[in-house]
Amino acid sequence: MSPPLLDVADLHVTFATPKGPVEAVRGVSFALGRERLGIVGESGSGKSQTGRAILGVVDPRATVRAQRLAFDGIDLRGADPRTLRRLRGARMSMILQDPKYSLNPVMPVGRQIAEAYRVHRRAGKREARVRTLEMLEAVHIRDPERVWRAYAHELSGGMGQRVMIAMMMIAEPDLIIADEPTSALDVTVSLQVLAVLDEMVTRRGTGLVFISHDLNLVASFCDRVLIMYAGRVVETLAAAALHRAEHPYTRGLLNCLPRVDRRLDPLPTLTRDPAWAR
Amino acid sequence: MSAAAPMVELRDLHVRFGRGADGVHAVRGVELTVPAGAAYGLVGESGSGKSTVLRVIAGLIDRFEGRLAVAGEVPGRRRALAFHRAVQMVFQDPYGSLHPRHTVDRIIKEPLAIHRLPRDDARIARALDEVGLDRSFRFRFPHQLSGGQRQRVAIARALVVEPEVVLLDEPTSALDVSIQAEVLNLLTRLRRERDLTYLLVSHDLAVVGHICEEVAIMREGAIVETLAVERLRERTPTHPYTRQLLEAAAGYHPAVARPLVATA
Repeated sequence: MSPPLLDVADLHVTFATPKGPVEAVRGVSFALGRERLGIVGESGSGKSQTGRAILGVVDPRATVRAQRLAFDGIDLRGADPRTLRRLRGARMSMILQDPKYSLNPVMPVGRQIAEAYRVHRRAGKREARVRTLEMLEAVHIRDPERVWRAYAHELSGGMGQRVMIAMMMIAEPDLIIADEPTSALDVTVSLQVLAVLDEMVTRRGTGLVFISHDLNLVASFCDRVLIMYAGRVVETLAAAALHRAEHPYTRGLLNCLPRVDRRLDPLPTLTRDPAWAR
Repeated sequence: MSAAAPMVELRDLHVRFGRGADGVHAVRGVELTVPAGAAYGLVGESGSGKSTVLRVIAGLIDRFEGRLAVAGEVPGRRRALAFHRAVQMVFQDPYGSLHPRHTVDRIIKEPLAIHRLPRDDARIARALDEVGLDRSFRFRFPHQLSGGQRQRVAIARALVVEPEVVLLDEPTSALDVSIQAEVLNLLTRLRRERDLTYLLVSHDLAVVGHICEEVAIMREGAIVETLAVERLRERTPTHPYTRQLLEAAAGYHPAVARPLVATA
């Protein structure tokens, strides 16, 4: 049997602070195939640090430790920078929340996408340009030539995020980690970006880790959802079974959302049980 | 003030930023009527002009065309002190809207000083109690508080001068959902207790539906539809854009999302 695309067992991320160590991630385990896995939690739950630890891009003040942390059978624990550089971008990559901050502001976006392709696929300039324009078209950008010449600040949020997806997908990675990829966008734009991501991931069979605070959105987009609280996974659910969630934290998260179709007054609030963080 | 006059009234409001080719016609003929004690919601996506409308009412934008009346009176270009006491605002970002080097005590006292109201301890303590903050928070700085606690301070600051109208600009969109629920409950309770009039701007239909009785949907500077919250709840809006927003709020469904890409 081939190893899972991603195999994480007992992952810990610890920050050294003046007041002693703070554990942001405390023993997270999961395996990912060519599927879509959602990681949901509130601020400080450790969901982003989990994603960053996989790619090896945590803050230098943090230490990552795990029983297993393997991508396609390759041990990522203590992997040397060269191995990581060969994997990152080429075989696993990351889409972040705000394209305004993750794109280079002083380089036209076309050149940035082409550069990603040339570095990871060792292609020539001309081929990279052709592939970039194809990729921009694949993410439904209407005028790829114009966008090729555009700078990040000249793009709308939705357009910028589609450029990010193009850049992350051009090297045809096996794994994408998307950290709140649509949280900075308007609802309709967010749906457009998700439709593009859906299409790209489905077509290539890419494994996806979708990190978000939005439980309903993640459940509608992914196959499986991990719910994180205080650095731990408190519940794992098939996305379709979200309404059958059992953990009081998951139920609390679902219940405290205001709903369009009926009004509860007062809204149920979440009473946190210290035992959840145990 | 006449008893029959609505609390907030806007007629044919236009706001333009810049001039000539670079000019933006940000608000195009917005009309709204908010009775005293009502909660009115403005929903729209970025750039729809919803916050601009709020800023016109607050007096933060003074170049506009059209008629604004609050409690039946048309405020002058330079708003009177009494106007600012009657109309208070709560902003989206609890990290940006509190002075980082002022304690909670000083933050809440400032509007009292501006309006020459007594600043006794009891009043500050009461202001904290009302928004559900422990009195031990009084001498803390904003960085020592969580996002939800900061938003409670911002609400206390707005309410301490006993306004009649509270303008709420995305008051919960920077907060986690569990904290959002607490702040929404707080806003609902305070309105009931104090008979406040709310004007709430949000991109979130569910949040607006929870707080408000009437909702205006804005797009590209204009109101496309005004509807009672019951029609929102029954999902029977008349305008296709409102329907689109309702569908988009229900999560990701390929059948809804894919056609949107084609039109992007």
